[in-house]
Amino acid sequence: MTDTAPRELPLQELDEVIIRFAGDSGDGMQLTGDQFTSISAALGNDLATLPEFPAEIRAPQGTLAGVSAFQVRISDFAITTPGDAPTVLVAMNPAALKAQVKNVVQGGAIIINTDAFNERNLEKAGYDSNPLEDGSLEGYRTYPVPMSQITRDAVAEHGVKPRDAERSKNFFALGLISWMYTRPVEPTMEFISTKFSGKELVIKANEAAFHAGYNFGETAELFESHYEIKPASLPSGEYTNVNGNTALAWGCVAAGQLARLPVFLGSYPITPASDILHDLSALKNFGVRTFQAEDEIAAAASAVGAAFGGALSFTTTSGPGVALKGESLGLAVSLELPLIVIDIQRGGPSTGLPTKPEQADLLMAMYGRHSESPMPIVAPKSPADCFNAAIEACRIALRYRTPVMLLSDGYLATSSEPWLLPDVDSLPDIGVDFHTGFNGTNEDGEGIFLPYLRDPETLARPWAIPGTPDLMHRIGGIEKEDGSGNISYDPENHQKMVDLRAAKIEAIDVPDVEVAGDQDATFCMLGWGSTWGAIDAAVDRLQQGGKKVAHVHLSHLNPLPKNLGEVLAAFDKVICPEMNDGQLVNLVRAKYLIDVKPVNKMNGVPFTTAEIESAALQAMDAS
Amino acid sequence: MTDTSPRTEPADWATDQEVRWCPGCGDYSILTAMRMLMPELDVDRENTVFISGIGCAARFPYYMNTYGMHGIHGRAPAIATGLAMARPDLDIWVIGGDGDMMSIGGNHLIHSLRRNVNIKILLFNNMIYGLTKGQFSPTSEVGKVTKSSPMGSLDAPFNPVSVALGAEASFVARTHDMDRQHMMDMFRRAHDHKGASIVEVFQNCNVFNDGAWEGITKKQNRDSNLITLEHGQPIRFGADGEFGVLVDNGAAKVVSVADVGVDALLVHDEHKPDPSTAFMLSRLSRGPFEPTPIGVFRAIERIEYATSSTSQLAMAHENQGSGDLASLLRSRGTWQV
Repeated sequence: MTDTAPRELPLQELDEVIIRFAGDSGDGMQLTGDQFTSISAALGNDLATLPEFPAEIRAPQGTLAGVSAFQVRISDFAITTPGDAPTVLVAMNPAALKAQVKNVVQGGAIIINTDAFNERNLEKAGYDSNPLEDGSLEGYRTYPVPMSQITRDAVAEHGVKPRDAERSKNFFALGLISWMYTRPVEPTMEFISTKFSGKELVIKANEAAFHAGYNFGETAELFESHYEIKPASLPSGEYTNVNGNTALAWGCVAAGQLARLPVFLGSYPITPASDILHDLSALKNFGVRTFQAEDEIAAAASAVGAAFGGALSFTTTSGPGVALKGESLGLAVSLELPLIVIDIQRGGPSTGLPTKPEQADLLMAMYGRHSESPMPIVAPKSPADCFNAAIEACRIALRYRTPVMLLSDGYLATSSEPWLLPDVDSLPDIGVDFHTGFNGTNEDGEGIFLPYLRDPETLARPWAIPGTPDLMHRIGGIEKEDGSGNISYDPENHQKMVDLRAAKIEAIDVPDVEVAGDQDATFCMLGWGSTWGAIDAAVDRLQQGGKKVAHVHLSHLNPLPKNLGEVLAAFDKVICPEMNDGQLVNLVRAKYLIDVKPVNKMNGVPFTTAEIESAALQAMDAS
Repeated sequence: MTDTSPRTEPADWATDQEVRWCPGCGDYSILTAMRMLMPELDVDRENTVFISGIGCAARFPYYMNTYGMHGIHGRAPAIATGLAMARPDLDIWVIGGDGDMMSIGGNHLIHSLRRNVNIKILLFNNMIYGLTKGQFSPTSEVGKVTKSSPMGSLDAPFNPVSVALGAEASFVARTHDMDRQHMMDMFRRAHDHKGASIVEVFQNCNVFNDGAWEGITKKQNRDSNLITLEHGQPIRFGADGEFGVLVDNGAAKVVSVADVGVDALLVHDEHKPDPSTAFMLSRLSRGPFEPTPIGVFRAIERIEYATSSTSQLAMAHENQGSGDLASLLRSRGTWQV
C-alpha cells in the first residue's frame, strides 16, 4: 500500500531540461506545453519552445500521423534553441512513444500513460509487441503511470462522466511534470479558471487532474528525486513570452503607430500564417483594419489599393500564397507603393508540409516575379526578433515606397522565447510625409504634380494620396515616363525606369553585418532567418571544443549588407546552413564569387545544434 | 438664392492624355457621358478615384482628371475594395470589360458585390476580347467564330446582370452606349447608391465585334427590342407600348398588351428585397436579338461593407479603449528579471 504522506525526496539542481509532451492531436499537448512554458517563464528560466503538430485538425486517433508534440527547453543560462533532443518525454499513447522515442537522449526519462497501451492502440501505432514489456526501452529511464485511470478516479467525485474525464489527463501530466520540476501550482489554477471560464465542471475536472498528477509524483515512490532549475541570468528588465507570429502582429501594429498610419491587412487563411490574421483582427482598437479576402490574389490586390489610399498595408501568407500574389507584387513594384508581404515559409512545393518549416522561398522572394521587379527582403532570426523585423520591413517600405518581403518560417511562427520588452518610446520614428503640393511646373509656369519625380537621396517617388487637392494623378502597370508618370512606350525611358527601380532597391540603407564569435577565426558560418539560434549554439559548442569559429548572420537578404563580400572574403572557409537546397549560397556565390559551401536540410525539422556543429567540424577538416 | 451652377465643367474632368481607343469605339460615348455627369454630381475631383483592370475599357482612368489606378487584369474590384476600406471617404469607380470582370476577375466581382463594398462598377460588355485582338469572351454567344475558336466557341455565355443578382448585388442596372442620357441616368443612380453598384453597359467594339448589339440598340430596333424598366410602372415597350412583360409560371414573358390588358403586366419594383423577379427579368432575353430590359433591375438598401468595418473599429475603441502599444506587449503576462 502506498503511503500517502509526502515523501522527502532529494531536490536536485539542473542547469537545463528539455521536455517533450507528445500525444494524440486531440490530447491537448500544445496547451499543456504552453502552460508549462508560461510557468517556467514566470520563474525566470530562459526558454525556447518547438511545437510540432500534424496538418490535419483531427488526424486518425492513435496513429503516428496524428501525433502532436510540444518541446520546451528551460534553463538557468541563456539559450537560443529549443534543444536538439529531449531529456524527458511524456508519451500519452503508443503512437506518441513510437514517433518520439528516437529523439530522446540515451538515458533520458520517458513518462508513459500505460492505460493507453492496449492491443488496439499498439496495433494502430504499428507495434508488434508491447514496448513496455519487450525490452525495447532499455537504455531509458521509464516511468509507467496509469494516467487515464488515476485521472478518471480523481475527477469522478465531481460528477464528471468517465468519457469526459479522459480529457483532463493532459492536466494530470502537467501536474506530474510541475511536481518533477518544482513549478508552482497557483499559476496553473489561475490559468484553468480563466481558460475554461463558465464551464464549472471542466474547471473542477482539470484542477482535480492536475492535483492528482502533482500528488502522484510526490507519493508514488516511482521517482528518485525532483528537480530545480534556477532562474537564468538574463539582462534585467520586463519579459514576456512570445511566439513569432504574435511578435509579427505586434510589430505591424507598432509600425503603424511609429509611422502614424492606419494599418490595413489583406489576407487569406493559410497555415502557418493565419495566426497573424487572427491576432491583428483582434486589435481593432488600434485602428487595424483586417480584410479576409476571397483569395490570395485579392488579399494582395486589396493591400495595394489600401496603400494607394495612404494606409500602412500588409498581406500575410505562406509560399503558395506568395506565388499567387506575384502579379500584384509586380504591380506594387511598378506603382512604387509601400506594401509589406509576410511569408511564413513552410515545406513545399505545393501543399508540401504545411505545418513544418523550410527556408526555400528565398529565391522566390528574390526573383519570383515577372520581369525585373526587385523587392527588398528582411528576415527575423528568432521569435521575438519578428517584432523588429516587421518594423524594419515597414521602415524600408515607407522610406523607399516599395513592396518589401519579410521571410519568417513555420518554426519561428509557433515557437516562443522570453522577450525583454523594448521601451516603446525608444522605437524608431518611421513616419514619412504624404506629398501635398506641386513639385514641378508646366511650360506656362503653372504648378503641376509629377508622381514619378524622385527624391534624389532615396530615389523614392512622392506619395500623394487621393483626397489631396490639385495632385490628381493616374498611375498604373504600364511603363511610365520618368517624372510625369504618363504612359510611355519609349525604349530609352523603359531602360531608365528598369535601372532606376533596381538602383533604388540596391541603395537601401541596410546596416553592415557584424562578425559574431571569434573575430580572428578563419572559418565562418553564414546564416539567415531561423537558423540563427542553432548556428549560435553550435558556435558556443565549437568554441568550448577549442575551435575558432565566426558567425555572420543576415537580417537583410536584399539588398545584402554593403560589407558582406569583404567580410566573407576574409575567411578561408565559409559554410552556410540553410533549410533549402542552397539558395543563399547561390546568391552569395553569384554576387561575390566566394565559394560558400552549402549545408542543407529539408526534412521539415529545424537544424539541431549537433548537426551544425558536426557539419562545421567536417568542413574544417576537409582540405 | 444659392448659386446652383455646377462647380466644375465637363472639361475639368478631362486629362491632357490623348485618348487611344480605336476611332468609333463605343468607349468614347461612355467617357463623354461620365465627363458630363461629373459636374452634375457635385463631387470633387480629388475625392474621386477610378480603378481599372486590364483591357480596352481599363484605360478609362487615364482620361479622367481624378485620382486613378490602372491595375492588373481582373483585380480592379479587389484593389478598389482595399481602397474603399482604407478610405471610406472616397468616391470610387471601377471600370472593366467583360473579359476583365466576368472571366479573370469573376471571383473578385462577385465577392465585392456580396460584401456590398461602396464601389461603383461599370462593366463595358462588348462580348469580345478587344485588346488581345479578338478572341471570344465569357459573354460571347455559343458558336462565336474567332481566332481562338475557328470552329465556333463552345462556352455558354454569362449574363452579367444574372450573375450580379446571383451574387446578391444591392444595385444592378444596364444601359447602352448609344443613349447618353440613359447612361448618365444609370451612372448617377449607381453613384447615389450606398454600397456596391454594377452597371452593365452594352458597348460596341467596332473592330472585333462590330454591330454586336445592333439588334437591340440601333435606333430602328430600340422600340421593339429595348424594354426600359421604370420603378413603379407596368413594364411596357414597343412604339405605342403595345408589348408588355408579365410573370407566367415562374418566368417573365413578353406579351401583347391588347391580349392581356395593362393590369396583368408586371409592375417593376426595384426595391423588392427578394431578387427573384429581377432575376426573371434578366433571363427574359437570350441575346441581342429579342426584347431586352435596360434600366435599374434592383436597388435595395443593405449595410455597406466599409461602414460595418468602421463601426467595428469604433466599437472596439469604445469597449477596449484606444490601443496602447506598451500594454499590448504586456497583454500575455510579463515577469521581471
